[in-house]
Amino acid sequence: MTRYASFACSVATATLAATIAVTLPTAAEAAWQPNKPIEFVVTSGPGGGTDNFARVVQAIIAKHKLTDQPIIVTNKGGGSGAEGYIYAKTVPGDPSKVIFGTNNAYLLPYVAKLAFTPADLTPVAALALDEFLLWVNGESEFKTAKDYLAAVKAKPETFKMGGSQSKDTDQTLTSLLEATAGVKFIYVPFQGGGAAATQLAGKHIDSNTNNPNENIGQWKAGQVKPLCVFSATRLPAGPKVSGDMGWGDIPTCKDAGVAIDRFQMPRTVWLPAKVPADAVAFYTDMLKKVSETPEWKEYVERTVQTGKFMAGAELKAFIADDDAKNKQVFEREGWLVK
Amino acid sequence: MEGFSALLHGFGVALSGYHLALMVIGVLLGILVGVLPGLGAPNGVSLLLPLTFTMDPVAAIILLTSIYWGALFGGSTTSILFNIPGEPSSVATTFDGYPLAKQGQATQALSYAFLSAGFGALVGVVLITALSGWVARFALKFSSPEYFAVYFLAFASFVGLGGASPFKTVTSIGIGFALAAVGMDSVSGSLRLTFGLDQFIAGMSFLVAVIGLFGLGELVMTIETGMKLEGIRARISPRAVFETLLQMPRYWVALVRSAAVGCWMGITPGGPTAASFMSYGLAKRFSRRRSNFGRGEPEGVVSPETADHAAGTSAMLPMLALGVPGSATAAVMLGGLMIWGLNPGPMLFIERPDFVWGLVASMYLGNVVAVLLVLTTVPFFAAILRVPFAIIGPIIVVVCFVGAYTVASREFDLWLVLAFGAVGYAFKKLDYPIAPLVLAMVIGDKAEDAFRQSLIMSKGSAAIFWSNPLVASLMALALLLLFWPLLGGIARAMSRRARGPAA
Repeated sequence: MTRYASFACSVATATLAATIAVTLPTAAEAAWQPNKPIEFVVTSGPGGGTDNFARVVQAIIAKHKLTDQPIIVTNKGGGSGAEGYIYAKTVPGDPSKVIFGTNNAYLLPYVAKLAFTPADLTPVAALALDEFLLWVNGESEFKTAKDYLAAVKAKPETFKMGGSQSKDTDQTLTSLLEATAGVKFIYVPFQGGGAAATQLAGKHIDSNTNNPNENIGQWKAGQVKPLCVFSATRLPAGPKVSGDMGWGDIPTCKDAGVAIDRFQMPRTVWLPAKVPADAVAFYTDMLKKVSETPEWKEYVERTVQTGKFMAGAELKAFIADDDAKNKQVFEREGWLVK
Repeated sequence: MEGFSALLHGFGVALSGYHLALMVIGVLLGILVGVLPGLGAPNGVSLLLPLTFTMDPVAAIILLTSIYWGALFGGSTTSILFNIPGEPSSVATTFDGYPLAKQGQATQALSYAFLSAGFGALVGVVLITALSGWVARFALKFSSPEYFAVYFLAFASFVGLGGASPFKTVTSIGIGFALAAVGMDSVSGSLRLTFGLDQFIAGMSFLVAVIGLFGLGELVMTIETGMKLEGIRARISPRAVFETLLQMPRYWVALVRSAAVGCWMGITPGGPTAASFMSYGLAKRFSRRRSNFGRGEPEGVVSPETADHAAGTSAMLPMLALGVPGSATAAVMLGGLMIWGLNPGPMLFIERPDFVWGLVASMYLGNVVAVLLVLTTVPFFAAILRVPFAIIGPIIVVVCFVGAYTVASREFDLWLVLAFGAVGYAFKKLDYPIAPLVLAMVIGDKAEDAFRQSLIMSKGSAAIFWSNPLVASLMALALLLLFWPLLGGIARAMSRRARGPAA
């Protein structure tokens, strides 16, 4: 709704920011270079989505020799990632600590009483948006999102929606879905998207809102099927994944009659607070180069994310918008702490 | 039987000089990683993961799994020699392995451990070969109630164990549950028991607790009882290794039972740690030499090791077929699979048979390589015990603290180790069992999550734990095990009464 307007607006700022980003770094590169080993702090456990993101970036930087300094990756994924952000808070002004996360960097403090605020972090860039889809079991009678939600509406609190964790993206999206379609699910929190995928394949739950990467194996085998994607546009048409369906053949939820324009999770990179502006410019430039490599494009394509580099004003606008959207849901659900 | 022709094809893929060299390197690196406590298999595998990005997937998975096997064997080594489990799943090995080593039978203890581990692993791979098609479907039957039943079964087989008083065992489990609850709760998304301290947000690492409870706690006890490790006069010879090999068939019942427990727990997937505890518990319950358990009973080494490796190996199957990692190490490998461009799931077996069967074949070869390598190095590891305590004692303290720090690079963990060391000492003095506490710390939060997820699904009705034959039989088995000592007592009382009037 108004989100569309702000989205169009942010596209305009994007072009502006992109021009700045391209012109700025040449000056900044001479001004600031890392002078000690860089630590990539991953706000998830080994093997998680954020972990893969950081390790792919590390591998690309090493391959293209984008910095002379060695890069160490450490996992600080405790407390849904809070551990990594709190670590950043303890090293203000240290530009050798680069924190990898999602939108949990600014959303976690809303739902849990934690010793950090978004002010303890300096946003650097977002490199991709992970997509969400509505999935049902492969043998389910439902062919469209509309049919499914109509059935859910007819029997409130009967259908089980699975997702990873609690008060996180999956449950937020479920809540949005409930408010938009006037339905009520039983939300079952699992440890991760992988568990939610197998539980759906085994018919223990009725649907999930997994990212493409989390369900692709089960979809290929025909154990689950997508109903719609929570994106403004369809996913890029690629090779067929399951039967005669490819990612591009999935309708957007809006077209399928579910009034949610888009719901995406940014893959974000941060520095601690109070770092020199030159350092931010250095990393922005480096990550921009990463996002232009064929290896990055391959990663984004394989994990069916939307490659979108955002930095500077565009990133700030995106965060503000995403923050407001989510906070609205948290307020309605009464998840806000304090 | 289609599995076997596929397997032959797999051997064709895995049997090359390059792959065999990778296995040897991987196993050696793994042993090193496993011997250093704290630096366990997950850390070792994730450290080497970036190296594999440029390799082809088959070579990469062979290297990583070989590190895993090596680390599992290395973890048993420190459990037996220093009472410091290098891996969560080798905790149960310390119960009898360390007493054996203290009695001067370090070589025998290590040989028992390695040989039975090798046996367990081989059973696991054979199972994967035979059941690959069927298991993927079976595992889909598992939902939260079934998971809870499996964890409950693990607890039940341990509680009714006898030995320590049931009250002390339950107390120990209760403390373990409380410790496992610290940190972020995934069902409610809120923090619990952190007392506003940042250090507790990530929860309490189970490995840190184990290093303190076993490593430091035991050290303090050793100092108190005379400042020497009793393994100093250990006779070390390759002959002892060979003699142990000849002894192995005597424990065939334990071997077969433990392998079955391990495979079951690996696939269901309860995990290697639960498997080793459960297998130890069962061995103790059904052994004729029950009173010798905890004092250096070979069966107490053979059982957990067999189950541990059988579970660790067969757990690769749900990881490949379902994308469900059964352990932290499997989770790292899963990340690796995705980076190499593979999608774990039921279709992996059909789309990439080269990869899957190459991996399975390499599991046969890798474990053989690992057993040979560790057996030839046993005398060297056992020789460590000849070093005087005045030298080795301080080194163990250093290793404990370094190990605890490497778990997550947190300074706070050093204080935790100290605190757990004190707790371990107190437990020993008061004769409270530590093992139930450790078990509760490892699978306590998983059991709790599964329990709460089940109740969310059923809208609060406990009937969900009896809702289908699978979960009902698991629960019934668990309850039977839990009350076994009680039932045994009643049966004895009844038979006495029956005999009474006749006498």
